[in-house]
Amino acid sequence: MSAISLRGARLSYGDRVLWDGLDLDVEPGEFLAVLGPNGSGKTSLMRVLLGLQPLSSGTVLIAGGNHAIGYVPQQRALDQSMTLRGRDLVGLGLDGHSWGFGLRGRRERRIRVDAAIASVGGSRYADSPVGVLSGGEQQRLRVAQALVGDPAVLLCDEPLLSLDLANQRVVSELIDKRRREADTAVLFVTHELNPVLPLVDRVLYLVGGRFRVGTPEEVMNSRTLSELYRTPVEVVRVRDQILVVGAGACEEQTHHLSAEAAS
Amino acid sequence: MSFLDLLELDFVQTALIAAAVLGLVAGVLGPLVVTRKMAFAVHGTSELAFTGGAAALLLGVGIGYGALAGSIIAAVLLGVLSRRESDRDSVIGAILAFGLGMGILMLALYKGRASNKFGLLTGQIVGVDSTDLNLLVVSSGVVLVVLAFIYRPLFFASVDPDVAVSRGVPVRALSVVFAVLVGVATALSVQVVGALLVLALMITPAAAAMRVTASPLRATVLSVVFAEVAAVGGILLSLQPGLPVSALVTAVSFVIYLVCRGIGALRRRVLV
Repeated sequence: MSAISLRGARLSYGDRVLWDGLDLDVEPGEFLAVLGPNGSGKTSLMRVLLGLQPLSSGTVLIAGGNHAIGYVPQQRALDQSMTLRGRDLVGLGLDGHSWGFGLRGRRERRIRVDAAIASVGGSRYADSPVGVLSGGEQQRLRVAQALVGDPAVLLCDEPLLSLDLANQRVVSELIDKRRREADTAVLFVTHELNPVLPLVDRVLYLVGGRFRVGTPEEVMNSRTLSELYRTPVEVVRVRDQILVVGAGACEEQTHHLSAEAAS
Repeated sequence: MSFLDLLELDFVQTALIAAAVLGLVAGVLGPLVVTRKMAFAVHGTSELAFTGGAAALLLGVGIGYGALAGSIIAAVLLGVLSRRESDRDSVIGAILAFGLGMGILMLALYKGRASNKFGLLTGQIVGVDSTDLNLLVVSSGVVLVVLAFIYRPLFFASVDPDVAVSRGVPVRALSVVFAVLVGVATALSVQVVGALLVLALMITPAAAAMRVTASPLRATVLSVVFAEVAAVGGILLSLQPGLPVSALVTAVSFVIYLVCRGIGALRRRVLV
């Protein structure tokens, strides 16, 4: 059975159709990258899968239901003075949604939280206030927070944004390790394919109500992207990177291009 | 009268019990209020509790009930009108100013004893009678039971709203429920320390505790201890010299805050 299954999925706000007729199966252990410019419905897709946004039509099915989902958000600066340690953040991922204090099973809870923190190499700063940790350290704890509940599906919403290259690699490798070891399906929303390109099995590319699903080779080529964007787009492979050049086709990637050229 | 004689007095004992109950409720709520950056909302709510109390005085019903009604209405209004985070500050400001004005109007229309009027703003714990005490204990019990039930998701929603939403936590509904709980606690505090000084019990002890620990559990325990020391200690200190209770409660609570800030700063310097 697929971990995620969308059938004839349509999402529209009034006249504006974000996507329509979307059939998508993500298998256990598969790594699917979701790409597309701002406003193409990447975040809405995430919200649909989390059960926060109903589809306009079609069906969505998550194996194991909503509580089998782990969610890794963007790295955002956390309040420096926040009364919250790393282990508290991770623990919330385990049972923060349950009612009551949760006084039973504290021993077992501690063991699971410690294990999740150790699996991302965060034991050293597990007891520090989260606000004083670096972006990379916070994001490792975010991965632990998503994994501690032993999810069948991992939804990642731009988890590498605002991390430096070294930390981008660490965080994406942690996610990759998880899906290989536990057969967790990964749906990875990103502006930037290159940092995760070696890990990606398939790409879902969304542009202005149109979309294409396939391997990176099938989707990330000049012909397909030109069709999607309805304007000439050039896709160039330089070493193991994919660069997209087009008439404002995807700003982030052109930014990336100029950054690469500068360095 | 000696200090011990004073402690024998009925109204002093009632006041001490009231202070202890309030210290517990305010201390438990405090860290959540500070984390959610609701200090100004608490202040606004307390002004509306004052308005409610003044209305009750004018209508001849119990001030406690008036204060309770006023702050619950305020809490719901704030919850409904400030849908967006960025609106909250200005919405509170607008409601607070209007409420305070209405309260003053009602006091002006009230023909009874003047000390009743002043008490609403600065507290009149020695005036707490046994009916008030019953209302206080029962409402506090209700607040604590509800809080115990929603504590974990509420805490999740307070520190990590995005991920809490993704896990199906009803973040919006919880924030309204919490605002009402804070409203009830605020109305209760108004009886003891007055509308102007509610922050001394609800915010200062929690802010102090959060300076010295990053553990949510330890912060809550410390916040309760600090609030108890301030509330009960403030009353005890006020007895012999016959000074206003609210002045001493706020003074004790502020001294604790300064000490904790100092400890926090020292510790950070050692760590860095």
